[in-house]
Amino acid sequence: MEFLSPPPVRRLAGDHADIGHLNGNGNGRHHGNGNGNGNGNSNGHHQRAPVFVGARPRLAPTTIAIDRMQIEDVSVDYGRKRAVNGVSLPIRQGEVLALIGPSGCGKTTLLRSLNRLTELTKTASLDGRITLDGVDIATIEPTALRRRVTMVFQQPNPFPMSVFDNVAYVLREQASRRPKKRVLHGDVEDALARAGLLDEVSADLDHAALRLSGGQQQRLCIARALAANPEVLLLDEPCSALDPQSTQVIEDLIVKLREDVAVVIVTHNLQQAFRVADYVAFMYLGELVEYASASQLFSAPRQQRTKDYVSGAFG
Amino acid sequence: MSAAPAIAAAPMPPAAPRRNESSASWRVTDRLGLAFAWFLGILFCLITGAIVLYLFVQGIRYLRPSLLVTNPTAGYSESQTGGFLDPLVDTVVIAVMSMAIAVPIGIAIAVWLSEFGRPSALARVVESTIEMLAGTPSILLALFGTLLFEAPWLGFLSRTAGGVVFGRSFFAAAAMLSLLALPLVVTSVREGLQAIPSHVREASYAVGKTKSATTRRVLLPAARPSVLTGSMLGLGRVIGDTAIVVLLLGNTLTNDPSGSVPILSALRGTGSTLTSYVYYNAPTGDGDQPGKAYAAAFVLLLIVLVLNIGVDLMGRRGKGLLWNS
Repeated sequence: MEFLSPPPVRRLAGDHADIGHLNGNGNGRHHGNGNGNGNGNSNGHHQRAPVFVGARPRLAPTTIAIDRMQIEDVSVDYGRKRAVNGVSLPIRQGEVLALIGPSGCGKTTLLRSLNRLTELTKTASLDGRITLDGVDIATIEPTALRRRVTMVFQQPNPFPMSVFDNVAYVLREQASRRPKKRVLHGDVEDALARAGLLDEVSADLDHAALRLSGGQQQRLCIARALAANPEVLLLDEPCSALDPQSTQVIEDLIVKLREDVAVVIVTHNLQQAFRVADYVAFMYLGELVEYASASQLFSAPRQQRTKDYVSGAFG
Repeated sequence: MSAAPAIAAAPMPPAAPRRNESSASWRVTDRLGLAFAWFLGILFCLITGAIVLYLFVQGIRYLRPSLLVTNPTAGYSESQTGGFLDPLVDTVVIAVMSMAIAVPIGIAIAVWLSEFGRPSALARVVESTIEMLAGTPSILLALFGTLLFEAPWLGFLSRTAGGVVFGRSFFAAAAMLSLLALPLVVTSVREGLQAIPSHVREASYAVGKTKSATTRRVLLPAARPSVLTGSMLGLGRVIGDTAIVVLLLGNTLTNDPSGSVPILSALRGTGSTLTSYVYYNAPTGDGDQPGKAYAAAFVLLLIVLVLNIGVDLMGRRGKGLLWNS
């Protein structure tokens, strides 16, 4: 008789939660029933460390780390409402930084302030300083800044044009139709290759982008964001609208990308944060509660609130 | 790391069987309401069908191919009064001219309202002006047009004799007719733009594009079905209008150019369209050639029907290829 492995559970189980049996590990009642999924990560015997059910192993950390951005005591207000309160964080190339926290904790606002997208909201105002390679981003032209700090959104949003034109649009000056297709071909394919999409679309680059699958659309959005050759890539819950398979493809991609570009990802999915991030910042009610390496934040959080959140007690 | 696995579509769960609810289980009042709705629906179909059928029968009776290629002449019987070549051509000319004015301006206003709209007080004023324009009877626009285009400084747009500006020309009529189409274009394009989720705009800003580049390359192409729908609706309104044409196009039987420059002279001159031709030849009109009126009305009806089908098809084609909000 063959047993299917259990479906991945999208929640982190804390040390006090009674979920030992889900691992098929050390629980007599279910022995031999859910077992055999070869989960190398299960850690159920350990009473201290949290357990990631059905998690894939993390990749090894990179060796290089270059400072790209500094968030220095940044606060963002929408009118009278304070969304982000006095946050300071480093953003480094070679590392993936994950912003986690319950809904409305300001993580997306913080992310959007990094390429001054918050300025599109009329009521938003920012205090503090954010630097990119040592230069205050308030002094950089927004269009120039946003080519150096590009962003991928929650919903896949390719533009209503062909796959090729989606990437070429970024490579061209503003609304220009030049340089010609022939000239850009190499750069477009390069960007698609970096996003791991080239093999699937190279046969027909004139295919309408909105006819791709959701996961392919999102990778096209990543390709688009990479085409500008940015120093920092911002990802706002890039996988929340996608199926698990596409999610895995994009997570692998994120880990691969961190060598060339500083990656900041906002995610609601703690397992995802654990899988892709080198550093994790936990935010709550607009404040940065804890910033630590992923392994430390998930296994030995210093703050009680962090511990409660990563163990699933709230949020 | 291994190559990305091909992404297979997740198997769909079997669709839940749709329960076909019978109205027999409804309360009496609800069933009466349903019956009334059905009655009204069928009634309106019958009325429309009767109009189309009547015009169809009459049109077939009187429409001869020769009518489409001969010009109207003055006369007292159907055999003398000729066809309606000029009105047919003028209908097309007037339609093209009006849309050439209304579509670019309409798109510009819609883009400004939807994407910029600052200061908001001005936006509100523009919005209510557009709404008011949509509700203005065309005869009022026509009357205003006669005043406006008789102004000396607009004399170059129409016939001028001895310092008196005639004020009736293709330019005058097309300018006023474009005001009829404008609100329809603006409303439709604006709705199309607002249906685009904000994250799509932001995605374009987030790769360093300006608002204008985003509008030109992303938003307007995405709103193309709405632009087409609005233009078609406006075109229908322009082709179907009579008052402005009668008052501002001069309502001459055939084209009566003014001046010597080939095309400009024709556009500065007067003419008539199918609607004013029907108006002139209706039993109550000056011409009183009902047979000609029916034939022309039938042609007009065909044009409008084709336009409506076009709107329908475009509206359908634009669906289904958009984003989640």
